[in-house]
This record gives sequence, structure tokens and C-alpha cells, in this order.
Amino acid sequence: MFDIIFWLLALTAVVAALGVLVMRDVFRAALSMILLFLVVAGIYVTLYADFLAVVQVLIYVGAISILIVVAVMLTQDVWRGSPPGKFRFTAFLVALAFLVVLGWGIVGTNWLMSDELPKQPTVAGIGAGLFGEGGYVLAVEIAGVLLVAAIIGAIALMREK
Amino acid sequence: MTVGLVHYLLLSGVLFSIGLYGVLAKRNVVVILMCVEIMLNATNVALVALSRYVVPALLTGQIFAVFVILVAAAEVAVGIAIVFAIYRKRQSVNINDFDLMKW
Repeated sequence: MFDIIFWLLALTAVVAALGVLVMRDVFRAALSMILLFLVVAGIYVTLYADFLAVVQVLIYVGAISILIVVAVMLTQDVWRGSPPGKFRFTAFLVALAFLVVLGWGIVGTNWLMSDELPKQPTVAGIGAGLFGEGGYVLAVEIAGVLLVAAIIGAIALMREK
Repeated sequence: MTVGLVHYLLLSGVLFSIGLYGVLAKRNVVVILMCVEIMLNATNVALVALSRYVVPALLTGQIFAVFVILVAAAEVAVGIAIVFAIYRKRQSVNINDFDLMKW
């Protein structure tokens, strides 16, 4: 049962990702990307990452896809479609070589698996990891600074002169 | 063969390669931003899979994935602002027209 769900999700994810490349209409490519985000949330559920699945739906499906759809709609009048450039063949070779090397490394490595059962509600564990003793508090603070810098930078760039 | 860590990592690699091809080959800047998001999602899948199968009790990979999602949100906000700023100047989303920093 678990295997069937994984293969369904994996197939949908790869098809949706290819759809982003293949779709001639940029808006349809954006919809295909949103489907990919939803499927990735499902993959997180199969990996016992409940908190991340919710965060994925909230941030990727909710916020990032809205931003990208707005970008598509505001720039659609100049260019419908997304033709590949002149480096298409080189890019394909680079991506294929990368995939082959990566797959070779993944299959060839002897992964040290753990037999422990995964923590089931992960929210408390992630909260303790982020804010608890010996956690990533400094990274959280820097993340806040990064977000403020990104917002101020985006506003400064978008403001009419 | 039951589904395990290797399957998730290979799925992540396939998604990352698709995104890499899109970033290198496409000419529409908005589509390139979408492909960057695909690559970030692929890395997140790898992080969560490693967290699930290698250190299930520590959740380190999931915490890293939270940071990746955060940086992706900041990246897409600034990226789209840059795209709009250049679009207003050049009336184009073709990556070949984005040559303001070319000497």
C-alpha cells in the first residue's frame, strides 16, 4: 500500500515537473508547478513530516505560487510561451550528466539506516530543535534579519521612481 | 523491492535535474524562477528523506528544510521584484535582454 502511494506520488511529481518545461503557456506551467508543490507535500506525509507538509501547503502552494502567478499575469502581454534558448542541447547534456553522477553516487553509497521509529508529531521536536537548548536559535535570528532585508529590498526595487 | 531511502533520493535527483535543465535552457525569466523553486523542492525532499531514514529521532533534516523554505520565500520575493524592475525598463522577460551588467 505504502509502495503504491509512493510510486503514484513520484510519478505525478516527475510528470508535473516535466509539465513546467513542456507547457507552452506560462500560466499552465505555473499551474503544473503548483501541482508539483502539492505532491511534494504528500511526499512529506509519507516521510512522517507532518509539520513540513502543512508548511509546504501554506508557504509554497499559498504564497510562492501566488507571487509567481502574479508575475506571469503582469508579464504575459509581451511573451506568451517559454521557448528554450539556443543552449538547449548543452543544458540537456549538463542536466543528464548531473543526474547520472548523482544517481551513481546514491545507488553506490552504503547508507547507514536507523531502525528507530520516526517521531510522530514532529512539531514539538522541530520547535525544540529551533529554539531549545543546543538548537538553531542563532540561525532563526539570522533568518528574521534575512526576511526583513528581503522585504525591504523587494519594496525598494518595486517602488516607482 | 520495498520503497526506501534510495528511491526518495533518486526522485529528488530527477526533480533537481529537471529544474537544472529548465534553469539553463529556458528563456522566459518567470519560468526560470519556477525551475529554481523545483530545484529547492527537490533538495527539501532529499533532506526530509535523509532525516526520516538516517536520524529519525533527531529531525535535523526537517529543521534544515524549514530554513530552505524560508530562504526560498525570500529568494522568490526579491527575484520577482528584480524581474519587474527590469521588465519596466526593457518591456521584456527574455533572459537575453537582461544584460544590464554586461560590459
